[in-house]
Amino acid sequence: MRTPIAWFVMLSGILFALGSLGVLIRRNALLIFMSVELQLNAVNLALVAFARMHNALDGQVLAFFSMVVAAAEVVVGLAIIVAVYRRRQTVDVDDARELRW
Amino acid sequence: MTPDLDLVPFVPELVLVAAAIVGLLYEALARGPRYPVHLAVALAGIVVASGATLALWRYGGDPTVLAGAIATDRLAVLARLTVLGAAFCGLLLGTHAIERDPAAARGEFFPLLLFATTGMTLIVAAADLIVVFLALEVLSLSLYVLTGLPGRRAASEASLKYFLLGAFSSAFFLYGVAMVYGATGTTRIPEIANALVGRTGEQGLALLAAALLLIGLGFKVSAAPFHMWTPDVYQGAPTSVTAFMSAATKVAAFAALIRVFDVGLQALRWDWTPLVAALAAVSVVLGSVLAIAQADVKRMLAYSSVAHAGFILTGLTASNADGIGASLFYLIAYSAMTIGSFAVVGVTTTRGEDRTDLDAYRGLYRRDPHLAAAMALFLVSLAGVPPTAGFIAKVGVFGAAIGAGYVWLALLGVLASVAAAYVYLRVIVLMFMVEPEEALVSDPAPLPRIAIAIGAAIVLVLGLFPGLVTDLVRSAAVLRW
Repeated sequence: MRTPIAWFVMLSGILFALGSLGVLIRRNALLIFMSVELQLNAVNLALVAFARMHNALDGQVLAFFSMVVAAAEVVVGLAIIVAVYRRRQTVDVDDARELRW
Repeated sequence: MTPDLDLVPFVPELVLVAAAIVGLLYEALARGPRYPVHLAVALAGIVVASGATLALWRYGGDPTVLAGAIATDRLAVLARLTVLGAAFCGLLLGTHAIERDPAAARGEFFPLLLFATTGMTLIVAAADLIVVFLALEVLSLSLYVLTGLPGRRAASEASLKYFLLGAFSSAFFLYGVAMVYGATGTTRIPEIANALVGRTGEQGLALLAAALLLIGLGFKVSAAPFHMWTPDVYQGAPTSVTAFMSAATKVAAFAALIRVFDVGLQALRWDWTPLVAALAAVSVVLGSVLAIAQADVKRMLAYSSVAHAGFILTGLTASNADGIGASLFYLIAYSAMTIGSFAVVGVTTTRGEDRTDLDAYRGLYRRDPHLAAAMALFLVSLAGVPPTAGFIAKVGVFGAAIGAGYVWLALLGVLASVAAAYVYLRVIVLMFMVEPEEALVSDPAPLPRIAIAIGAAIVLVLGLFPGLVTDLVRSAAVLRW
């Protein structure tokens, strides 16, 4: 018996929501970034599920692109986070208050 | 069957990437003072790319090339030219900033700016959501690094905030792409349009996709309520980078928004235009009101950029050639105004990044009448007073909104413009009617003055003779697909 596609899409929705929630409530830059990665993986799951549903490969190709982009994002993001840590010995975003209105 | 490779519509990006790679290699291998060569290589890349773009105006081939990835219409040409112009001015400003402060100078500035420009010229021509996403990431990743490049405390903090919120918004955009793919089975924008036309019944997935894509692009164009990063990033980034990205990112993201929504999701326009109208209303009101409370010029201009994103969205509620044309004109005019005003901010004092508070503008007219006059012109244009480009642009977008039945939105925009005029007039009063308190000296360097002169000329010419570009804008607003 095949698992219905909708289940995968729902799971991806749950993962995406968890990721969004993580971005909004976490205060550590690294954990926020990990939550974004969770969102991107939720997207990949949805893409692969939809590719299966349409019987086409476009979605899987797009999932590969999104993985590559996520890797590039990790490179730049971790570099920025390390640069900030070197300067102020913390990556808590609540301490980032040099710029405020 | 082999796909035919027509690379002509893709030449601008190839040229820009080539120039960026040359710059990277040069930075790695050369010794001694390198900035003149960097500047020459980057400017040459931009000029050649502009020439290649101009040649595309009369391109007669298919509406899309490279397996539907790149659009060849005139919207792509005009938006690319605007982005390249912004990059040209950004390079001049950045070179001057490097000369003034060699300690914070990084040769990577030039290749990174070219990579960001590549992403922007690519996204305005992208006809496939995969390419839109990749171009969005190319420009965003380059800009995150450019923001933090000087390594000052404020710059690294701005870079962190920009990165976290930018990645967050990219995830929303990508989830929107996945939902479009689920709803239509394709990521090519023209095919999405065809798949959605005439479809009846359940549209839930496509509507969810429209909302997610609007959130993702709303972040990039800094429309309220997705604008939180804008003031921090604009203030913390080096002024030259702020000037470049405030103009070029807006053009790029709005061109993508026009293509995704006015082509791909055209069939759903009755569902998404109210969302765009709501974003526009919140942006003009929040941007104008919050700009009043600012004591820092870069922050004030950042909130003004939020308001201007709202005005451009106002034009897009029309969802037809009128609205697209009005928004395009607004984007060109806004690019000139914002680059010009940030260029002035960069040279108001010789201390550059340290003095961006409003007090530095006291009696600027006594110190440097030309600079004060240019700043006044840009501020008047941002406020939307005739005979400047800002006035013509505002008339256009309000007219388009009224034509689409959004009279309330146009009225709200006019009211917000009046409130925002206070913000700009306050600076003008400081510059012309107050005696200078401190012995500040404005920076006499020639490069930023060139950028300021270009911006001022465009603002005046578009304000006095808008007819020069209306035909171009109108033919660019007709999307071929």
